[in-house]
Amino acid sequence: MVEVRRVVIVGASLAGLTAAETLRDAGYEGTITVVEAASSLPPDRPPLSKQVLSGEWEPHRAAPPSAERIDDFDLDLRFGVRAAGLDVGGRRLELPDGTLRFDRLLVATGASPRHLSRPEAMEGIHVLRTMEDCLAIRSDLDAEPGRVVVVGAGFIGAEVAATCRSRGLEVTVLEALDVALGRVLGPEIGGVVGDIHRDNGVDLKLGVGVEGFEGSDRVGGVRLNDGSLVAADVVVVGVGVVPNTGWLAGSGLTVDDGVVCDETCLAAPGVAAAGDVARWPNQLFGRSMRVEHWDNALEQGAAAARRLLAGAGEAVPYAPVPWFWSDQYDRKIQLAGWIDGADECKVVEGSLPERRFVAAYRRGPRLTGVLGMNRPRQVMQFRTRIAEGITWDDALAELDQGGDER
Amino acid sequence: MKVVVDYDLCESNAVCMGILPEVFEVRDDDFLYVLQENPPEDLRPKVEECARRCPKQAISVED
Ligand SMILES: Cc1cc2nc3c(=O)[nH]c(=O)nc-3n(C[C@H](O)[C@H](O)[C@H](O)COP(=O)(O)OP(=O)(O)OC[C@H]3O[C@@H](n4cnc5c(N)ncnc54)[C@H](O)[C@@H]3O)c2cc1C
Ligand code: SF4
Repeated sequence: MVEVRRVVIVGASLAGLTAAETLRDAGYEGTITVVEAASSLPPDRPPLSKQVLSGEWEPHRAAPPSAERIDDFDLDLRFGVRAAGLDVGGRRLELPDGTLRFDRLLVATGASPRHLSRPEAMEGIHVLRTMEDCLAIRSDLDAEPGRVVVVGAGFIGAEVAATCRSRGLEVTVLEALDVALGRVLGPEIGGVVGDIHRDNGVDLKLGVGVEGFEGSDRVGGVRLNDGSLVAADVVVVGVGVVPNTGWLAGSGLTVDDGVVCDETCLAAPGVAAAGDVARWPNQLFGRSMRVEHWDNALEQGAAAARRLLAGAGEAVPYAPVPWFWSDQYDRKIQLAGWIDGADECKVVEGSLPERRFVAAYRRGPRLTGVLGMNRPRQVMQFRTRIAEGITWDDALAELDQGGDER
Repeated sequence: MKVVVDYDLCESNAVCMGILPEVFEVRDDDFLYVLQENPPEDLRPKVEECARRCPKQAISVED
């Protein structure tokens, strides 16, 4: 095996920078070049739909976790450089102004928001991923618009709606499905989240499609597929993200809704992927996953870095229990595990009307996920048990025995 | 080693407890309790992992 002297990381956000730190922690002393399309250090993203959008935090407080230590990583950090192509066999990364040779490469290019088609010049229609996006929305909100329309009741849309309500603004949420957060949480729990938004004064319209936008220089309304018009002074579109893999066309990597990796995060010899852009088979769940969570970007960034340095026979599978949080009003929603395609969902602690509960999800004989609302302790305890592979029956039996001794 | 939590930042999401329940506990009142403020040295790697993985960067380790 060649000695590793040149590592290149594409993307300087959570996955990429965590990988850089992990390489140094592991004693790697060669060069680390990090190329990042943005013109400066990307922010920590979760506060962009919460504290920064609300105005509670100034932008500098949303610094990425490693910001204070980054000088110690001794990086060749290049901002404003968008990787244009990759030649896996030749171990060359194509940049706009030349090529970069590498011994090891990490793809950590994350994901970008999906857009809806709209008139080019119309102002007031936003997506939310970057600090620039956040500040553009915030400045529109500072002007105290009559109504904000959020398209899409996923997590980002739901958090934006909650933040706008906390600023006292009128909010309409438009969702194509019959339930808020239905894609992730399913009808029952999604229904509870929808009720929470309605109780907090959101005008939640379910089962409606967006036809287009009306207005001239600025947006004035959103046209629905039933022909009706919803007045809007500001629109935030939160209809999901797509992994940033366009630049990998012809690279030799397999791309299928993310960069396809093996169970150790390796996409090709010497090339790994991590974070929102990576798809890999998670052995613990026996299925292929692409996870858009903060904690995963951190953990997979670290795992992928270790993978790139691993010698023959040293590679270990990356098989975590994914974990995610979302803050809406005074509710904290937390999800551990994988609940998509579950065979059964059961509230095991608290109750839906209390809006303080834990719901457990079964797939086959196993407990595969838990969803908690204002129950962080229990979600984390179950997360550990899911990692241990606990069966559904054992999990329920433990609860019967007064599970708090777990 | 001393574990310090900035309670203004902490949002009790219990990530630290998932990693090191001997030191961090989120109770049913949804507050985080530090069970050992001066944990033994052999727990240092785990405490540092908690500090790194805290989504609020609320944990610091003073030696
Ligand atoms: C508003 C918002 C709120 C969120 N809230 C939560 C939350 O509450 N809880 C939670 O668990 N998760 C949350 N998330 C998700 C979490 O932030 C992401 O999972 C995480 O940022 C993923 O990190 P990443 O490093 O994989 O990708 P990203 O953060 O997307 O970073 C990828 C980087 O790569 C760069 N890049 C892309 N293409 C190229 C190229 N060709 N060349 C060079 N650079 C390139 C991009 O500029 C970007 O900086 C939220 C996300 C957003 C947007
Ligand atoms: S991980 Fe951080 S925010 Fe979460 S409970 Fe622990 S200290 Fe608080």
